[in-house]
Amino acid sequence: MNLTIVLQQLVNGISLGSLYGLVAIGYTMVYGVIRLINFAHGDIMMVGMYFAFTGIAMWFLPWWAAFLLSMLASSLVGVIIDRVAYKPLRNASRISALITAIGVSFFLENSFLVIYGGVPKAFPVPSLFGGAINIHGVIFPNIAIITPIVAIIFLMILLFILHKTKYGMAMRALSLDFETVRIMGVNVDLVISAVFAIGSFLAALSGIFWAMRYPAINPLIGIMPGLKAFAAAVLGGIGSVTGAAIGGFIIGISEILIVALFPSLAGYKDAFAFLFLIFVLLFKPTGIMGEDLERGRF
Amino acid sequence: MKIDRNNILTALSILVFFLFVWWGNHHLTAYAVRVWEDTLIFLMLAAGYNLINGVTGQFSLEPNGFVAIGAYVTAILILTPAQKESMFIIEPMVPWLAHLHMSFLPALIIGGIVTAIVGFLLGFPVFRVRGDYLAIVTLGFGLTIRVVSNNTITITNGSLGLKGLPTYTNIWWCAVWAVVAMIVIMRIVDSAFGRAMKAIRDDEDAAIAMGINTLWIKQIAFVTAAFFEGVGGGLLASLITIISPTMFTFFLTFELLIIIVVGGLGSMTGTAIATLLVVWGSELLRVVEQPMNIFGLQIPGIPGMRMVIFSILLIVIMIFAREGIMGQREFSWDWLFNKIKGKRA
Repeated sequence: MNLTIVLQQLVNGISLGSLYGLVAIGYTMVYGVIRLINFAHGDIMMVGMYFAFTGIAMWFLPWWAAFLLSMLASSLVGVIIDRVAYKPLRNASRISALITAIGVSFFLENSFLVIYGGVPKAFPVPSLFGGAINIHGVIFPNIAIITPIVAIIFLMILLFILHKTKYGMAMRALSLDFETVRIMGVNVDLVISAVFAIGSFLAALSGIFWAMRYPAINPLIGIMPGLKAFAAAVLGGIGSVTGAAIGGFIIGISEILIVALFPSLAGYKDAFAFLFLIFVLLFKPTGIMGEDLERGRF
Repeated sequence: MKIDRNNILTALSILVFFLFVWWGNHHLTAYAVRVWEDTLIFLMLAAGYNLINGVTGQFSLEPNGFVAIGAYVTAILILTPAQKESMFIIEPMVPWLAHLHMSFLPALIIGGIVTAIVGFLLGFPVFRVRGDYLAIVTLGFGLTIRVVSNNTITITNGSLGLKGLPTYTNIWWCAVWAVVAMIVIMRIVDSAFGRAMKAIRDDEDAAIAMGINTLWIKQIAFVTAAFFEGVGGGLLASLITIISPTMFTFFLTFELLIIIVVGGLGSMTGTAIATLLVVWGSELLRVVEQPMNIFGLQIPGIPGMRMVIFSILLIVIMIFAREGIMGQREFSWDWLFNKIKGKRA
């Protein structure tokens, strides 16, 4: 294997990793604030794909409008899910909330199956993202270059919101001590909704770029990347946004490199993230950036 | 004296149940018998699942993985060498498995034991974590089993799956195994182990402080569940006669989860009632997936609608009726007699 291929695979891995990272941020933020693994988060990715698909292929919107609309609509879906399904269970046991989350995940998958049918749809890839560029004989697909750039821009915006705005401060405070923040007069439900909105927005963004990378979408497509993104969030240290992004990159790059280096293991690539997850939980359950499992901080 | 009465009544009701099975086998339609077979297999799976989820309070999502293992092991053992040779067209089967052939009962038991061993080995890493992490890791395990069965072509025939399994499973096999599973699991729940399991569910730290070896107790629950889920997988394999890696998806786990939640986490009585409700209810709901004609209005069949209804049901139950039908209570003869005598239980 020569340098060209290594470079190509690396760019590929970084691009895949940034998609996992964007989804992992949603897991980590929701977990940080309400200590719930939002099982439906991977399905929000799928929701984003289908909304964008509807915008472009059925309403004939320009791609940027369709993408923006899809991300906003997905945020709304995230907020509604929280308000309808998770909020009544805020004081119930964590297991009850988890079971509800599984129910929500199944609801999203099956209602999209009912609405759009089980046959995979071809995602219309805008020409800007479709081509490839050739740098000194190394060919990079446009999408592989654009994805990490977009991901890092949004990560910067998120970190700005978290550390420089009042909402961000409230979110960070909530992850440390729920009750005290409530006593301080912060509208906790509003902040939690904002967390769901941000998480779902990023998941939809990731979903759209995923669909442009692998342009055949079906209602069950969100499960696998969702689970891997969760593994990434744990690897990075659940509760840490930067950690989630780093975890995403690690999972994405190692997945691509393992397939590139050991083609005979390619069939096992979907199982790999879980082995990673099990090993992390066995040897360093707090992940890379997490200081303490129970004391999340962004 | 009193305990004797209870045991006799239990034995009698099992006898009545078998009489019903015998009657049903001759008088019910083939369709109804088939649904009863499903019900009984699901009862066994759900009882095992409830032991780990409800009684021990360890929220795991492993059943589809365990059922798949049991199904594959049993299927490989009951297929004849000739069948295996004609089926494995991509790559031949590994020789030591290709010539293995046995009758149904040992195959089922070996399927259960292999699954139990896998459960035991899996238990060590997964029980290091609690609560929601456990759920994700076991969910990942189910997916891993699918990936592995897709890729170990020389053992599982990969994505082609195994076809033409002999149909040994009939309502008797299902009924006897369901009764055995229920008795064994109820005995465990009533034993010192069962009390330790409930202690872990209610407060794990307190249980540790009381000197309970939590890993060991969790392993007992997990391995028991694994054994019966493996046997259930074997029964399903021989009932459906075809197995493939895509068959045992998270959907199966979800259905079992609904059963134990509806029945009440921790109640085997509830599990039995809920199994009846969910399996038969899901058959009745087939209507919504078929084309309908209401007053001349044509409504096309909507595949997937049943699962939408089930998922809404699960969410509604979790929000409004978290206890399920039975909560953590169990049916007992003493309770029944006190009820009849008008005393408070």
